[in-house]
Amino acid sequence: MAALTREETQALIQEVLEVYPEKARKDRAKHIMINDKTLESSKKCITSNRKSLPGVMTMRGCAYAGSKGVVWGPIKDVISISHGPIGCGQYSRAGRRNYYVGTTGVDTFSEMNFTSDFQEKDIVFGGDKKLAKLIEEIEMLFPLNKGITVQSECPIGLIGDDIEAVAKKMSAQIGKPVVPVRCEGFRGVSQSLGHHIANDSIRDWIISNRDGQAFEKTPYDVAILGDYNIGGDAWASRILLEEMGLRVVAQWSGDGTLAELENTPNVKLNLLHCYRSMNYIARHMEEKYGIPWIEYNFFGPTKIAESLRKIASFFDDRIKEGAERVIEKYTPVMNAVIAKYKPRLQGKKVMLYVGGLRPRHVVGAYEDLGMEVIGTGYEFAHNDDYDRTIKEMGDATLIYDDATGYELEEFVKALKPDLIGSGIKEKYVFHKMGVPFRQMHSWDYSGPYHGYDGFAIFARDMDMALNNPCWKMLTPPWLRQTDASELKKAA
Amino acid sequence: MANIMIRKGSEGYVFYMPKRDIEDPIVFLEFDSPEKWGGEIRLKNGGVYYIEPQPAPTRLPFSVRARRIDGVE
Ligand code: SF4
Repeated sequence: MAALTREETQALIQEVLEVYPEKARKDRAKHIMINDKTLESSKKCITSNRKSLPGVMTMRGCAYAGSKGVVWGPIKDVISISHGPIGCGQYSRAGRRNYYVGTTGVDTFSEMNFTSDFQEKDIVFGGDKKLAKLIEEIEMLFPLNKGITVQSECPIGLIGDDIEAVAKKMSAQIGKPVVPVRCEGFRGVSQSLGHHIANDSIRDWIISNRDGQAFEKTPYDVAILGDYNIGGDAWASRILLEEMGLRVVAQWSGDGTLAELENTPNVKLNLLHCYRSMNYIARHMEEKYGIPWIEYNFFGPTKIAESLRKIASFFDDRIKEGAERVIEKYTPVMNAVIAKYKPRLQGKKVMLYVGGLRPRHVVGAYEDLGMEVIGTGYEFAHNDDYDRTIKEMGDATLIYDDATGYELEEFVKALKPDLIGSGIKEKYVFHKMGVPFRQMHSWDYSGPYHGYDGFAIFARDMDMALNNPCWKMLTPPWLRQTDASELKKAA
Repeated sequence: MANIMIRKGSEGYVFYMPKRDIEDPIVFLEFDSPEKWGGEIRLKNGGVYYIEPQPAPTRLPFSVRARRIDGVE
């Protein structure tokens, strides 16, 4: 049951959009919809993946963020150079908490910032020479790197540097892959195009590197795609797959290595967690190597069980039994978690606003705890994401695309959710409004949230945020209504 | 002209255009025999595209160039 009826929600949207100038109002109205479960396609109800309006506060990032920050960055034994001025790389350094095993600075490099630190003279005379020198230096100082990527920042595209030529030359010189990535921040409307560009660069420069080489296959090889190991997510997923008898050949890209990427064409099935950022490469492998791919969801026991069975259906009985065994093993543990937290969370309302996957994927986990998601939205989803969202959300709930800071605040004021899940940019605004909040990008420095182990942490964190005593202390003592008995006691 | 990819879904062919991330079931394919395959394709969302008739691909998914005739972008 949604909190509002369809008409009330419609009125709310109208009211919120009222303050915009007419043109902006018309445009924003297309990005907000009221869910209707009977819909097959979101096409007619919501517009997505369009340029944000100038003047409103959007939460989006840039193509460079999508490529360097999301797809390439977490690959631990590859050095990704932020090619251009220093800020883009420095201010996004190690911000996504992609955990990995290794000694940073020796054999793994994800947390470091490598940059060409462009100065005026590089813009005027071009930075190709500097890039070549930089790659030489990297090779000398960090010889254990397995490859280098050149992540272009805005100026590179503007001044017309030929990073492809430098990459080819340097790759031959150092004998390792050097991948030029044309992910200048101005391309596209959000980080989403950066994911696509990064996928394409993996396709063009990496994926077929080991074609024809011997590889010891088993019939149970799979690859995890689109799991960035935030707070250890991929590890919590991997153990379940291994427990049911599968062999995980590669992790894309959290805690992943270049060798894993190159070995992926040998797997039997690609498991796709974040559809938005890695469907491109999954589709490419399907066409080129005939590897099928499926989407799965490891948030909350209901969806995990569903996903494990779905994955198992691609394999023989051994794996199918394995899946059942895993589900059976964890069910009592999960029941205990639910028994503990559900009474404290039952009936609470949640609003979400996250990136490209979680606005729909975590709905099941909240429902497992008896909570209800009354509004959700994506920063940079496309319509195929909204098609998938319609099924997950309740009728007459609110769905917003590329919501602005103002809209989110107004929706929260009207819908009065008990908990908000979004990012760091929204966190303190809502804290100051007195609404409990969890960061759903970085798990608020907690995690993992994937898998059975993750769900226990998820439930605890949600309880911790929602039932924190601090929310009762927001009214200062002089504004508090004191009742007579307390006064008497004091007297 | 745009590159599209045609794959087999649970209910027949599925159309996918990487550039625009449009994924939609194909409800009508003009020619669907081993020797002659392609022609006009109609999508569930109303889009109409045309691919040059050709021998059917031996394996799906299959990337091919298509021309948009009508419907959604
Ligand atoms: S938009 Fe351009 S300058 Fe800004 S962070 Fe992205 S790449 Fe850097």
